[in-house]
Formats: sequence, structure tokens, C-alpha cells
Amino acid sequence: MGIQKNENKITMSNNENSSNGRRNFLKLGLLAGGSVVVGAGIVKAIGNKDTAETGEKVKVLTANGKLVEVDRGLVGHPAEIKITNLIAREGIEGRKFVMVIDLARCANARKCIEGCQKMHHKTPPVEWIKVKHMQDAETTAPYWMPQPCFHCDNPPCTKVCPVDATFKRQDGIVLIDNERCIGCRFCMAACPYNSRSFNWGDHWAVAKDSTSPSGAGCCESNPENGTPSKMGTVEKCDFCPDMARKGELPDCVTSCPNGTLFFGDANEDSVTNGEDTFRLSELIKKRAGYRYLEELGTEPRVYYLPPVNRNFPFEEDTEAHNTKE
Amino acid sequence: MEKNIHHTAHHSEHTPAEEIAMRREMRDDVLRPIRHTSLLGKLWIATLLVVIGIGCYAYYIQLTNGLKVTSLRDYASWGLYISNFVFFVAISLVGALISSVLRLTNFEWHRPLTRVAEIIAVAGIMFAGLIIIIDMGRPERLLNIFIHGRIQSPIVWDVIVVSTYLVTSVLFLYFPLLPAIALCRDELTDKPKWQRWLYKVLALGWDGNEKQWKLMKKCVSILSVLVIPLAISIHTVTAWLFATTLRPGWDSTNFGPYFVAGAFQAGTACVIIAMFVFSRAYNLKKYLTDLHFDRMGKLLVFLCLVYAYFNVNEYLVPAFKMREAEANLLNDLFSGPFSKVYWPVQIFGMALPAILLLFRKMRRPLPITIIALFVVVGAWLKRYLIVTPIMLHPYLPIQNVPANWASYFPSWVEISIVSASLAGVLLIITLFSKLFPMISIWETMEGEGIDLEEMDNQNNK
Repeated sequence: MGIQKNENKITMSNNENSSNGRRNFLKLGLLAGGSVVVGAGIVKAIGNKDTAETGEKVKVLTANGKLVEVDRGLVGHPAEIKITNLIAREGIEGRKFVMVIDLARCANARKCIEGCQKMHHKTPPVEWIKVKHMQDAETTAPYWMPQPCFHCDNPPCTKVCPVDATFKRQDGIVLIDNERCIGCRFCMAACPYNSRSFNWGDHWAVAKDSTSPSGAGCCESNPENGTPSKMGTVEKCDFCPDMARKGELPDCVTSCPNGTLFFGDANEDSVTNGEDTFRLSELIKKRAGYRYLEELGTEPRVYYLPPVNRNFPFEEDTEAHNTKE
Repeated sequence: MEKNIHHTAHHSEHTPAEEIAMRREMRDDVLRPIRHTSLLGKLWIATLLVVIGIGCYAYYIQLTNGLKVTSLRDYASWGLYISNFVFFVAISLVGALISSVLRLTNFEWHRPLTRVAEIIAVAGIMFAGLIIIIDMGRPERLLNIFIHGRIQSPIVWDVIVVSTYLVTSVLFLYFPLLPAIALCRDELTDKPKWQRWLYKVLALGWDGNEKQWKLMKKCVSILSVLVIPLAISIHTVTAWLFATTLRPGWDSTNFGPYFVAGAFQAGTACVIIAMFVFSRAYNLKKYLTDLHFDRMGKLLVFLCLVYAYFNVNEYLVPAFKMREAEANLLNDLFSGPFSKVYWPVQIFGMALPAILLLFRKMRRPLPITIIALFVVVGAWLKRYLIVTPIMLHPYLPIQNVPANWASYFPSWVEISIVSASLAGVLLIITLFSKLFPMISIWETMEGEGIDLEEMDNQNNK
């Protein structure tokens, strides 16, 4: 199915009784690994008396890739999934999220940073995704390198956490439970890429107009929508798992004017920047994709495509960013 | 073990009457500082309390505002607190060295030094635990380590070994102290009620009978063996907090022994300073003699050389290769902004002491104490050099951050809290010395061939 921006926001069910039943069903379903995707909708509790059969059949794709045909009246909407801490820790079954960054397309527009900050209600100088001016040697060409969290498959950060506050999910995402983090910052010391930020104070680098945590309208805190800016805890790029559940792309990807960032699922072997969709394996093969500092053995889930045949000539950044705290 | 020491100790050349007189004299000498506190002593305690008071206020500021009141930011996310933690763990190792290694290897001169070394160990490890809590962003969630603790995290290993070492060190201080507490209980009857009550409770009914002596000595023997692997573990695990990461400068297989070697060097220098202060302030020159300073000087030469050996491995071997990530760091240490600290620390804190202390005159009490001061200050700064420059030299360049994120110098809050922690260590040592004798009578007299156990046995008959 590929991950697409879900333009059609389906209205929520107005049936109070059935929504309770559905929530319970979903909880069980998710726990049993039967979580349902996104863009398609979900099946209401079978046997619920209030459920009206319409006679009209629709096709629904489940998370583990099964296409099932159900009555339209049985289809509910994922907006109501209550993501408990346990569900957030387990991740989305059957997925292996991955990012590909095409260095040939990056012109240091810094829109990914802005999009991310807006999405997570952060303000400069805190950047969950950074854009670095890289030059491997004096005699080699400079290039811009967007750098999110690499969501490593052998993550040095989760290994050192004394309380399991940061953890690796089955869908490849590394998250932080800000309600559990003790703020020892060992994970920050252990991350060789400095992907992590710390909330040094209350409302540290938080947008003033921010009334709710990321994931609009969400009020229950869980590691997936994040409880940003819990003073004294660590935070970082989270690959927007709440968006992924809705079938939407992370904001850094959609904010990039040049289509530099691709997000997708390694199990589906596809990545997209919202416009172009590629086979992950072919893209990496054809464009000689690599992972940054492979020799560290962290096995990042972020691939880079070398800055060859660039879309833009390299221009020095004349603007100074983040000069103030 | 005990028998062994007994046999190697030279037999008493004194008559029983002389022995009793010597014991009485030593009792008076070690109890004198507890009986009276000089004005200078009171001023010293007051000063320490003021420093601790300022530190408590600074911590209150930090608790209410968060760690933003420190100079720590996303790149230098560990700083003064962590380097101070490493320093405290380091000096705490000396308890094991003096009271245990020298004891098991039959270096008789260690006897009057055991208590000084052991109280430094206990105070150091206590404040190491405290400073690490101060470094936490959410200290109120400390219990999460026990509720959600994961054995794979080196922090959990550290919690286990530090708490075990603390308990072992307290017992290792306490058991040999029992006869002295009983002495205080019996002799210091003019002290306030709470103090007499303290002696009575802590003495555990000690009356010097045969069974008590045997049991105490057996416990001390067991602890003296147990404490060595524990001491090595605490500092090795502390080294692993850094060495288990992939950061250039910490990613080193040399780190465990490098830390342990540095710890013995720093701790020995601390004991020398403490010996000087106690021998002068408490008039204990009779027991902490020039010979002890001389021997400690020789020991310090040896430890400086061992530490220098590990430094060569730690800095010069990577410097020979100059792999890019390490080269950035090493250039900064050797000739960049950190060189102003690096070279003085290596020269005045390690190389020069090793050379100077080869000369007998330099091992006399005053010169060796000055040299030891340099070693201790150097050791403290060295921990800063082990933590901060590495954090500021990551693989990916530090770009697009405010200027104060790309450098680190501790804020007044950090400096106040760390000063308070250092004052706290000194206060614990001072207060201990105002409550209990700083020289172990039975251990020292045993070194003279006088067995207090035998004397007590005869008295009890």
C-alpha cells in the first residue's frame, strides 16, 4: 500500500456504545499483534448489537498485509486508538521503518528542521533533525547532510539506559519514555551521533503557543506522541510513529521542498518522499547508498545516497543559525 | 592470616609494666583531639559548613529551575559533576590499598595509617553516590533504577558495586574501631549525653574478651581480602561508564586499569596530606613519623610511574596513529585550548612528583605534603580532562548551536555544589576525627609486638 499522506480525514464514529466496545477490541487486537492500518480503517467489534449492516462491502488491509472484505458498517477509524505505554513500547507489527536521505537533493533549505520543530512544538536551537556542513577532507567536495536520529538496529543508547526508558521497538523505531527517564544522560554520552537533546529546564525550547503535545488533539501521554519537554529528561527524533500509525509521513519528509528525505518500510521494500516512490533495495543498489560510520557497528536505519549529480550546486550557508539559546 | 602477621611482627622488647604504660600513653595521645577542639578546629568546621550551606542553596536553585542553571548543554551533557564523581570514586580506592594490600603483603608501617585511609575511602564513596544523584535530571525518579533496573546498563553495575563497596568500607572502618569506641565509652565520661550514648551503642558491648578479639580480627581478615576485588571493580566499572561508549577518547580498552592506577595515585596523595594535617593538628607525630612519610613517598613514586605507564598507552599510542576522530581530540589536548590544563596536569601532577620524590629530602613531611597537594589537584583536573574535551569532540561536527553549547566552563551553581561536596568529604573526615581516635591503638601496638588481646585476656582473668 505504501505510506501516503492521508488527505481524507474520516469522521469519527458518533456511536458512543460501540466506540467503547471497539476500543476494547482494539486494545486486545493490538496486544495480540492484530493492529489494523491506517488509511483503510478498522473493523468494529463483531457482534456489537448497535452495529448496523449496510450491505455495502469494502476492502480493508490489515497490518500484517491481509486484504479482507467487510461490511462498511463494521468499519471504524483509527483516530480513536488509545496508545497505551505498552503498545507504544511494542511498536507497529510487521513494519520496519527506514529513511533514505538523498544528499544530491539537499540544498540546506533547513525546512525539515522547521517542519520538525513545528510538529513537535520545539523552538531553536533544539533540532531533532540537523543539517550539517560536511567535508570529509580538504581536497574533497563539501555537501549538506541532514541528520535525524538513525534509529540504529544495534543502538548504543538503549543498551546503556539503566531504567529501560529508551527502547527499541519491533518496527525499528527507538523511542523514549519521558515518564520514566531519570535524566542521567548516559544515552546522550553513548550516542556517537549526538542525536539526543535534553530538557535542561521547564518548557525548554518549547513553542510558546504550544498547548498540546505533538500529535494534534492528543492528551494522553505516551512515548509515541511524546510528552515533549518533560523537564530533566532526554528527547530526540522519534520518526513520528504517531504519524506512521495514521499512514502519514513524518513532517521533515513532507516539509522538504527538494524531496531529499524518503521514509518507508523495509518490509515493503519501498520508500517515498511524498511524490516519488522507490524500491528501497534498488535505490540503494543503483545509487550506492551507505550508512554513516558503518564501522561503528550501530546498524543505522537511515541510509544516505552520495551527493553525486547534484540537483543544486553547493553554496556556503551565509546565515548564522541558532546563535541564541 | 593473623598468625602470619603475629609471627612476622617482631616480638616485644618491653616488660609488661612498660607495655601497660605505653598503652596508657597512646590512649591519652589519641583521645586528646576528641577531648578538646581548638579554636582553629572550630573555625575550620564553621568554614566547611558555610561552603556546604552555599552548595545546598545552589542545589535548591538547580532543583527548582532544572539543569539549565548549569553550563551543561546538549554537547557537553556531562561535565563537572561527573568528573567530580570519578575523582571521589578514585580517592576511595586508597582504603583498599593501605588497609588491605599493604596489610596482606606484610608492610608493617601501614598500621597507623589504616584509619586515615579508611575514613577517606568512606567519605569519598559516600559523596560519589551523592554527586551522581545531583547530576540527575529527575532525582525524584531515583527508585526507577530499582523498579525498572536493567542489568545490562553499566550504571546499574555502578550502583551495585558502589553500594557494596560503601557497606564493605564502613564495616572495614568500623570493626577495627570497636576497641577504640569502647575506650571512648569508658574514658570520655564527661562528654554530652548523645555522644556517650553513641559510644555505648556503637561499642556493641565490647569488653575485650577473647571471643570478641577473635571474632573482630577474623572479620577484619575477611574484609581485607574482600575489599580488594571490590575496590578494583568500582573504579573499573566507573571507567566503563566511558569505555562502553563509542566516543573517540573514551572508546579505549585501556580505561579500566588506567582509572585504577590513577585512583591509587590520587588516593595515596590524599592520605599523605591527611597524615600531615593530623600529625600536626592533633600532635600525633609520635605515630605518624617521618618514616611513614618516607615510605608513602616511595609508594607514591611507584604509583606515579604506573600511572604514567598507562598514560603513555592512553595518549601516545593513539597519537602515533592520529586517526581522524582521535586526532581532533589529541591536537586539542596537546596544543589546543585544553593544552593549558593538560600539560600542567601531566607534568606537575604526575611526572615531577615521580622524579622529586626519588630524593630523600623531598620525602620529608612538609615537602612531600606540598608535592601530594599538586598530585591531588592534578588528579582532580585530570578527571575534568577525561570527561569534558571528549564530549566536545564528537564524530559529527558541532554546528548551528549557540556559542555556549560548543564549549563548557562550569557555572557558579556547579562550582558551588562541587565545592560543597569537597567540603562535605572534609567535614566527614573532620567530624569522625572529633569522635573517634584517628590512630588504631591495637594495630599500631601489634606492630610493636604488643598484643592487646593478650593484655586484655590477662586483665579479664
